[in-house]
Amino acid sequence: MIQKRKGIITKLTGNMAVAEVDGFIVQNEVAYIIHGEERLKSEVIRVRGRFAEMQVFEYTRGIRIGDEAEFTEELLSVELGPGLLGQIFDGLQNPLPELAKKCGFFLKRGAYLEPLDPKREWEFTPTAKEGDRARAGDKLGFAPEMIFKHYALVPFALKGSLDVVKIAKRGKYNVKQPIAELKDADGKRHNVFLSQTWPVKIPIKVYAEKLKPATPLVTKMRLIDSLFPVAAGGTYCIPGPFGAGKTVLQQLTSRHAEVDIVIIAACGERAGEVVETLKTFPELTDPKTGRPLSDRTVIICNTSSMPVAARESSVYTAVTIAEYYRQMGLNVLLLADSTSRWAQAMREMSGRLEEIPGEEAFPAYLESRIASFYERAGIVRLNDGSIGSVTIGGTVSPAGGNFEEPVTQATLKVVGAFHGLSRERSDARRYPAIDPLISWSKYKSFIDERQMRRGHQILRKGHDVAQMMKVVGEEGTPLGDYIEYLKGEFFDSVYLQQNAFDSVDEATPAERQKYIFDFIYKNILEANFSLDDKAGALHFFQSLRQLFRGWNSAAWGTSEFKKIETEISSAISQRAASKKETGHV
Amino acid sequence: MYKIYANISQIAGDVITVEAEGIGYMEIAEVSTQAGISLAQVIRLDGKKVYLQVFAGSRGISTGDKVRFLGHSMRIASGEDLLGRIFNGSGFPLDKGPHLADNLIDIGTPAVNPVKRIIPNKMIRTGIPMIDVFNSLVVSQKLPIFSIAGEPYNELMARIAIQAEVDIIILGGMGLKYDDYLFFRDALEAKGALGRSIFFIHTAADPTVECLLVPDICLAVAENFALAGKRVLVLLTDMTNFSDALKEIAITMEQVPSNRGYPGDLYSQLASRYEKAVDFEGAGSITMLAATTMPGDDVTHPVPDNTGYITEGQFYLKGGVIEPFGSLSRLKQQVNGKTRDDHRTIMDTMIQLFASYRETLEKRSMGFQMSSWDNKLLKYGGLFEREMMSLEANIPLEKALDRGWEIMGECFTPEETGIKRSMIERFWGKS
Repeated sequence: MIQKRKGIITKLTGNMAVAEVDGFIVQNEVAYIIHGEERLKSEVIRVRGRFAEMQVFEYTRGIRIGDEAEFTEELLSVELGPGLLGQIFDGLQNPLPELAKKCGFFLKRGAYLEPLDPKREWEFTPTAKEGDRARAGDKLGFAPEMIFKHYALVPFALKGSLDVVKIAKRGKYNVKQPIAELKDADGKRHNVFLSQTWPVKIPIKVYAEKLKPATPLVTKMRLIDSLFPVAAGGTYCIPGPFGAGKTVLQQLTSRHAEVDIVIIAACGERAGEVVETLKTFPELTDPKTGRPLSDRTVIICNTSSMPVAARESSVYTAVTIAEYYRQMGLNVLLLADSTSRWAQAMREMSGRLEEIPGEEAFPAYLESRIASFYERAGIVRLNDGSIGSVTIGGTVSPAGGNFEEPVTQATLKVVGAFHGLSRERSDARRYPAIDPLISWSKYKSFIDERQMRRGHQILRKGHDVAQMMKVVGEEGTPLGDYIEYLKGEFFDSVYLQQNAFDSVDEATPAERQKYIFDFIYKNILEANFSLDDKAGALHFFQSLRQLFRGWNSAAWGTSEFKKIETEISSAISQRAASKKETGHV
Repeated sequence: MYKIYANISQIAGDVITVEAEGIGYMEIAEVSTQAGISLAQVIRLDGKKVYLQVFAGSRGISTGDKVRFLGHSMRIASGEDLLGRIFNGSGFPLDKGPHLADNLIDIGTPAVNPVKRIIPNKMIRTGIPMIDVFNSLVVSQKLPIFSIAGEPYNELMARIAIQAEVDIIILGGMGLKYDDYLFFRDALEAKGALGRSIFFIHTAADPTVECLLVPDICLAVAENFALAGKRVLVLLTDMTNFSDALKEIAITMEQVPSNRGYPGDLYSQLASRYEKAVDFEGAGSITMLAATTMPGDDVTHPVPDNTGYITEGQFYLKGGVIEPFGSLSRLKQQVNGKTRDDHRTIMDTMIQLFASYRETLEKRSMGFQMSSWDNKLLKYGGLFEREMMSLEANIPLEKALDRGWEIMGECFTPEETGIKRSMIERFWGKS
């Protein structure tokens, strides 16, 4: 047994402590500061001679110079195994419901609980046989977890090809009982359990190859899916000033996105929002499976009043869990809200380390950290040929709503889609407040490309005319331009905007999106109307808008849906013009 | 048993350095100077050097003065005895009452476990249409009032406090003008609310740093009451002064400033206070209203900006009215679906039309001809400003909704409002 290395605290500011260590020090190893009965988790983030500089994951009130620290040589890790789904963890993977049972209303510092219930038994079925060969990440068997097959995977840290020496029979096992024994090339034997630990800051890469994200991930938000799509295995970011609806957008996505598993990383945001998710998800039904939404969700929450260093680790904890489920051939969506808080946590630490500050006092390594985080997304082919993906959507909270700031800029460089929220749109109650004029996506939509281009074009044109009208006035605008402007406004208000409080309108499946987009494209965007003057045109589009709003809240395929469609068609045909009457395109 | 040291080795800004041993981080000490006794708090430990921020300021401190460490972090008396009392920023009585030292509780306690919170679901009725109809206030909400000097934010807070159904009102003043303090006292007294109020007042004349304790003290006392099942409303005015005090200390401690001199942890500092707003599962609640004055009326200034990201919306008080744009209650959806079926429709439609009215105003100011649609909007905007926006309006929610339908009826045809037909059939012309 190796003697535990100890240190003595010599310096303390905020959540940074310095310890003088007796022996070697490992960068990024976990240490515990011992204060009376309490053991406070910390991570070594810089080494200077015999001094280890540590970020403490807890509040440091009362810590004294001379308190002892214990060093573990282990990197900050999470436990991966069955029982993660439906759970609510803090940034260090403490299960919060169990913590509440033990400690009551408040988060007691230094209380660390087992992330996975060690007593709970799982019905294990082996798929590998003795004598099989296996590599890290390969499946040895499975246990049902919620609606999924939770595979027992060869530990990711093992190297090369291994022999399956022993495999457990079908039966009940807890996460601490071995279910297989493997022998590596050197003849060393390794026990395999239903769970394994993995350091959070190192990506899990035990797959055959990483593929190009090409299939759209349907979020059921029309503005996103039709104009600025996200791909499975891709990345996107949602920057926006406060109050523009970032979190509501993330919540809607977490409910409706067509994926197997959603990981929500509530990073440095309001506790109230997490509460809403964790109290409503068990009662909401996933339309795809008919089971509660919480069955497919893992929540990692480090709210803004929780210690700041654990905020930094929470996004890594979340992405590691996402990668773990990807190894089972599942499609995982990670929603991080907000990555700016994570960046700020880095800034706070960097300041305490007295590093030379970069722009707005963010550390110089900000960009590379953001890039390597988003790079952990991806769609991969596993060793057995199945496909799994991790999609990352991160919100950014730029200071002053100004997208020129370092976190937004560093994020834009590495993501595949940009959904920029604007204050003007949210002030005008246009939700989602994604500004179609500044947003972009590099991924392919399920909407016909020509139609989609026309959608973008009419929005730009409508905006240009609106700008022009501010200068020359409505009376100075030609009727043709004015109609283009009205078309743009119409498309925006009935297609891009979605009422999150209408049970039908809040989520539009791909099939319906294609149908409606096609309808609008053919009958309105590309159509010519015989309208005599601007007042008449305005009135026509206003009444169309009212009909469409009703259509949006009519359920797909119902008689009401068909009835309104007929009404709209007849309203349009009354105004339909023969081609030569109007001059515009 | 207290440790007393008399070797102050450095005085810089409001931070003093003492050589001492066995001192805990955040511990409280008393510094005895010729001017009296001041509290100080440990903010950095470096070997034997202990850095303390002195709440009464460092003016007049001598290197030979005594520093007495109390062996614990900041504590405050709590419980029913505090009701009706007035204290200063360090918790000492400002009225003629006795010094309280019973039921001492720590300030700055740990965060609440999110699973022990409940989803906010109780509306606080204020009788102000701009709040009740458009941005409902909810129990356990944390909401700042963004404003500039000269606006009636203290009046608005006092009015909400008096009309809201709460058990206890706690007022935390930071850099509060003496007149404003008297205003709060008299306003609450006139409505018989002083007996359920507690004041912690740091006035503009007191040393800046002393206001740093005010939010923590208020919230610790509030939390104590909330755990005992009480509904508490905390008023904090003005959080910009608090942030400026943080800035002062950060700069003294030679921290790298992030934005306009404010420390990089401004967000975390503000959040740890605002996040104390809570509705406990099986106990009481804390609702928070805070004034945030915006230097130069600039909402992108670091203080309002960081605040906006933390709080559950904001009321934007400008020109004596609550601005419909920029004002937001993030929790309104939790309650406005249960009031009356037309609440959300009125809320959305009236604001959308008001946005069009603002555009028309802009057009008119540039001298463009007004179309008939523009004229309708102008009429609507005028009515809206007079009857809904004015803070003089004091009517229950239901009356305000009825009035909303009437105003729209006076100005528009149903389809011009863009309201769904099913709603029009039920409500148009019915009130």
